[in-house]
Amino acid sequence: MQRVKLFNHFILLMGVFIMVGPLVVALMTSSHEAADIHRNGLSLLPGGHFVETYTKVLTKEGGFTGKITGLRMMMNSLILGIGFAVGKIALSMLAAYALVYFRFRFATILFWMIFTTLLLPLEVRILPSYEVMNTLHLTNTYTGLIVPLLASATGTFYFRQFFKSIPDELLEAARIDGAGPFKFFIDVIVPLSKTMMAAIFIIMFVYGWNQYLWPTLMTTDESFFTLVRGIKQILLVWVGSNIPDYNEAFALAILAMVPPVMIVMIFQRWFIKGLTESDK
Amino acid sequence: MTHAPSLSPTSPAATTTGGFFARFRSAPSEPSFAKRVQFSSPYLPYLFLAPQMAIIFIFFYWPSVQAIQSSFYLEDPFGFGSTFVGTSNYTDVLKSGEYLGIARFTAIFTAAVTFFSLAIGLLLAVKADGVIRGNATYKTLLIWVYAIAPPVAGLMGMMMFDQHIGPLVRFVGLFGWDMKVGLNYNDTAAAMIIVSVWKQIPYNFIFFLSGLQGIPVSVREAALMDCRSGFRRFWTVILPLLAPTAFFLLIINTTYALFDTFGVIDVMVKDKAANNPITLVYKVYMDGFRGNDLGGSSAQSVILMIIVFVLTIFQFRFIERRVHYN
Repeated sequence: MQRVKLFNHFILLMGVFIMVGPLVVALMTSSHEAADIHRNGLSLLPGGHFVETYTKVLTKEGGFTGKITGLRMMMNSLILGIGFAVGKIALSMLAAYALVYFRFRFATILFWMIFTTLLLPLEVRILPSYEVMNTLHLTNTYTGLIVPLLASATGTFYFRQFFKSIPDELLEAARIDGAGPFKFFIDVIVPLSKTMMAAIFIIMFVYGWNQYLWPTLMTTDESFFTLVRGIKQILLVWVGSNIPDYNEAFALAILAMVPPVMIVMIFQRWFIKGLTESDK
Repeated sequence: MTHAPSLSPTSPAATTTGGFFARFRSAPSEPSFAKRVQFSSPYLPYLFLAPQMAIIFIFFYWPSVQAIQSSFYLEDPFGFGSTFVGTSNYTDVLKSGEYLGIARFTAIFTAAVTFFSLAIGLLLAVKADGVIRGNATYKTLLIWVYAIAPPVAGLMGMMMFDQHIGPLVRFVGLFGWDMKVGLNYNDTAAAMIIVSVWKQIPYNFIFFLSGLQGIPVSVREAALMDCRSGFRRFWTVILPLLAPTAFFLLIINTTYALFDTFGVIDVMVKDKAANNPITLVYKVYMDGFRGNDLGGSSAQSVILMIIVFVLTIFQFRFIERRVHYN
């Protein structure tokens, strides 16, 4: 038995090494000087240039037009992440509420129309989506960045499942007390959904923050770049230069991953619950 | 899609299969919406549904219809209108050796990413389920890569496989493999697969672990009494109980490998797609945005849509039957 346990720990430690190793290397290497990295390779020990590199990355104006800073990209990422998560929760709660708590004529067909969106991810209709955005003059706007991403029904289905699990007696009681649809929604459904909303918020924030393809298409104006969107630009500049700025590339990668990683780690239990149990 | 699987909500592993699965499972055969008591109002439900429907119409149905429409037209590159060309966009695409090569690579890539990320995720979940001390720490350390965006993972991969400073290049060099990511087709493909698998392991780990923890202690104890070999116990008792989770993850991972790896690929091929492996989704993007071939790109979009549909139906019709639920 003892040997089995040791073996289990060995496998897990291997797993941890593979999953965490690259991140440690990235963090440590980002605190060295570029020339140093070029000479000695990646590093597992902290260097002395942590503050220097990160200050530079956050505040130096870079990019092709020289107008975008790391801070600005971070703010854009936050706007995208939070805007997307909040929009998704608001839209899908309303839609799910209508689908679960109302009897109306076109319920089935509307339900199917929402359901269909799950079958075709954005990636298969990128070019026509872009054309539509052009027609509507929404490229290089926050609206164009966030709203089209909301056109999928994941949230609606999470909330639909959840509302269905709320006991019918609550509605009966509320109706006896004379509560109408609005009052019932605000006084009963919203408070009951708090945990669910938190879980969905975490998942959707990470999803929004990590968007890459859509921001790449939507934003050509660098002042709208998100951190994740900026990654490739960094690489392009980096590849061209003599001694590549490995440290800055790593620092930006770290900045791009810190907020979602922190959220997932801090709210780990809600996050896992939201991910795996939204079925109930 | 009419073949709705019937999962018993009380089966231990079934309860952890997640929302994605649930929406397939409950959607098709369930026009009634379960509540005995409901409000009835002539306009309120439409009011509540309006925002979502508006967004779906503008940003989902409109572009989808446009994709189908423009796949039958040849767009003038200088913007002087377009001509109807029937199905020639499709035949051009399907006859092109390049396209078929990319399709073949996509199939291999998807199979490899799905297989390895599922296998490693399952292995780690089983081990994490087996240890008591350090369980929570392992869990935290193993899942945080989930939060990293695919292009950021791609950037990390580029560093790890860098010609000058990449430790992994040196490591495989010890075995005589002179890895040249970005130059050699197979090496780039290998690196892309490794990065994509790495990024997806945490997701599978989370689901397998919660699937395992959903198996009642009584079942485990009964299995322990009946069968001394841990390996056999795993194959005959635990794995069948995990089948719904695994089936759900199979769909998710296939979708991930087909679509979400776009960021990994885009960063790793760095716009030099010529000699590098790319997937079908990347090709749609290349032709549409770099090549300005609206018709061809749309035809490819429609082909992808069909592939997604067929995959979904296939998975439900055939694999579903072999999955053990109770």
